[in-house]
Amino acid sequence: MSDLTCRELVELVTDYLDGALPADEHARFDRHLDMCEGCREHLDQMQTTIRVLHEAGRAPEPGEVEGLDKVLDVFRDWKREQP
Amino acid sequence: MDDLATIAALRAGDEAVFAELVRRYQPMMLRVARMYVKTPGAAEEVVQETWLGVLRGLDRFEGRSSVKTWIFRILVNQAKTRGVRDQRVTPFASLEGDDGGAAVDPSRFEPGGWWAAHPGAWTQLPAERLESKETIAAVRDAIAELPARQQEVIVLRDLVGLDGAEVSENLGITEGNQRVLLHRARAKVRAALEGELT
Repeated sequence: MSDLTCRELVELVTDYLDGALPADEHARFDRHLDMCEGCREHLDQMQTTIRVLHEAGRAPEPGEVEGLDKVLDVFRDWKREQP
Repeated sequence: MDDLATIAALRAGDEAVFAELVRRYQPMMLRVARMYVKTPGAAEEVVQETWLGVLRGLDRFEGRSSVKTWIFRILVNQAKTRGVRDQRVTPFASLEGDDGGAAVDPSRFEPGGWWAAHPGAWTQLPAERLESKETIAAVRDAIAELPARQQEVIVLRDLVGLDGAEVSENLGITEGNQRVLLHRARAKVRAALEGELT
């Protein structure tokens, strides 16, 4: 199997991180990374992007939940309907 | 408390366990609902309907997916139904997600496919910089500009934290398709961050 180019590698990063590449493709990806600093940097950028996305998704501190009272009313109404 | 214990406690009417679930997931649920409906009020209604759906569905929960995945599946369905009614989303959206764009601007490569100039590592950037309000805001703006399908996938995968199988199941798409959408979405967010961080 021929070697990957950098332009091909950047299209496979999500498959690679998900472990969704076939074994030989995965090995080809690793071989390219070993010899290519630019692609190691790109992979680092993608992993950092994912980290920041996780950060953006982090919920506010407990106790800051809006509408908890209304949802608890939903719960109490539901509980009353139970046999 | 594991998922089956949580479900058993809810079936038994344990309000403390329910309140804990609400505290844990409600902020994220509101954020997801806002992708489908027009107003914060509508999003709040969708989330309330979701909790009712969760309670009414307790007897049908079989533990084949996690409680989190199950809650977000109900949420996405509720939000889509409401979004269609409010004409915010079109049902059966076409596969607009695969817009065929390259993950990295082709001009960054030499004709042979190698980097023309190294992209540069971000590992040295301080955590405070990555977690700053400005950086988070840039990410949220980038997500808001994505096509709807890409937006759904990246929010459920990278913000909510579901795995690929869970997201494809929730959205009714194949895992491969889910990954294509996720890759396009992450690539665009990366490009936006590059503008912000470097």
